Amino acid sequence: MRRTVFALAGFLLPLLVTGAHAEEGASEPESTRQQALVHLVRQDCGACHGLRLTGGLGPPLTPASLEKWPPELLAATIVAGRPGTPMPPWRQFLTDTEAVWIARQLQQGFPE
Amino acid sequence: MKTKSLWRVLSLCAVALAGCQHAPLRGTGDLGLVIERANGCVTLVDTTARQAYGRVCGMGDLSHASAVFSRDGRYAYVFGRDGGLTKLDLLEARIERRVIQSGNAIGGAISQNGRIVVAQNYTPGGIKAFDADTLAPIAEVAAEYAPGQLSKVVGLADAPGQRFAYALFDAGEIWVSDFSNPAHPATQRFAAGRQPYDGLVTPDGRHYLAGLFGEDGVALLDLWRLGDGSRKILPQYGEHEEKRPVFKMPHLRGWALAGGKAYLPAIGRHEVMVVDTATWRELARIPVRGQPVFVMARPDGRQVWVNFALPDNGKIDVIDTLRGEVEHRLEPGRAILHLEFTPRGEEVWLSARDDGKVLIYDTARFARVGEMAVDSPSGIFFTSRAHRIGF
Repeated sequence: MRRTVFALAGFLLPLLVTGAHAEEGASEPESTRQQALVHLVRQDCGACHGLRLTGGLGPPLTPASLEKWPPELLAATIVAGRPGTPMPPWRQFLTDTEAVWIARQLQQGFPE
Repeated sequence: MKTKSLWRVLSLCAVALAGCQHAPLRGTGDLGLVIERANGCVTLVDTTARQAYGRVCGMGDLSHASAVFSRDGRYAYVFGRDGGLTKLDLLEARIERRVIQSGNAIGGAISQNGRIVVAQNYTPGGIKAFDADTLAPIAEVAAEYAPGQLSKVVGLADAPGQRFAYALFDAGEIWVSDFSNPAHPATQRFAAGRQPYDGLVTPDGRHYLAGLFGEDGVALLDLWRLGDGSRKILPQYGEHEEKRPVFKMPHLRGWALAGGKAYLPAIGRHEVMVVDTATWRELARIPVRGQPVFVMARPDGRQVWVNFALPDNGKIDVIDTLRGEVEHRLEPGRAILHLEFTPRGEEVWLSARDDGKVLIYDTARFARVGEMAVDSPSGIFFTSRAHRIGF
């Protein structure tokens, strides 16, 4: 398990630069866009992770299961996917900033 | 339970001043249900009237929920994501029984003789069998493929001989459990390939196919010749080609078999694969407008309807199986998640999740002939599934 985590971190490190860059802007998506992102996560991420985000074919995305990761790493996973697993890269649907926002929301308890 | 029903009838009688008017007797062959994925409810529908006739709530997390039917067509068994298993009475439009059978589930199946309902679970990985009348637990098979290692179970389907076939995502295996002796199922294991993501039993009950995510190809098990084991078919289907990201896993359950050919979703590609079911070799690929999720044959096999993953999930392509190409393209609504044909296929019902509507189309004219408001609709299930193997 731990080994997978390190391998993942190794793969994603280069992408963290993007994450950091996104954070500079640090602006939150505007509210209608936030609603669209919540919908995307609940409905479409939910296809694998569960509408309640408690896991399915994909792992749970609850605050407890994500607390140990920096949001930028989670955001990089959202944007770039996880090779070797069914997790696809979502970059065509959202920006880096939006991915960081989603990661933070997931860690705080995702809005309904 | 009997007393309660009687009480209901009596109270209805008391209200009806004109005397006790029984609801007219009716069958259930034209009934069905639509899963409302966001709020734990199902809408009950009548395919003759093209209308909803009831709504039942209180079923927990119904994202990715599915349903099977009792063989008398009166009851639906709804499998929720949160491990809830609910037995619904379609005629009385109410929950007959409900149990929470696991932590995280992904569908189920009903045995050939209709007496056993089996749920497939992600957590804890395995299958559990229940008495179809009472939902009392009968037996379970833990998907423990190595000591202490439980796999998520996918692609559970019923097969003749009170058997159930299913695939182990994490183990890369197909298991077949024989429930002839319900309390003591006998399980056989077969190597399948990397990350089987869904499976199906062919309409004749002979073959089990598991789609592989972690490698190219499909695992095929001949249930008449289990001794031969599983073999890989279509190994060439992704060779030397870059796959597109898969934003939604294809479903094989609604798979299409028509005229000796099988139509399968090509994972990570904008194609439907056509396979010869005698040789299990690829015959052709039909280009479509997105990554297929459901590839479903109209019951007569003349058409195959295809819906798609994001970002093309507002589209439907209809393949003419005689010509082997797309004959009609529709954009019926936003987020078309599922489709279900009426028992003989003159109409098809589509879930448009983001429009909050179920749409009904005439399959000969491609004309919309009805619609109804349903909150966040996903799976549509009609009672005609009760009499189909593998559904």
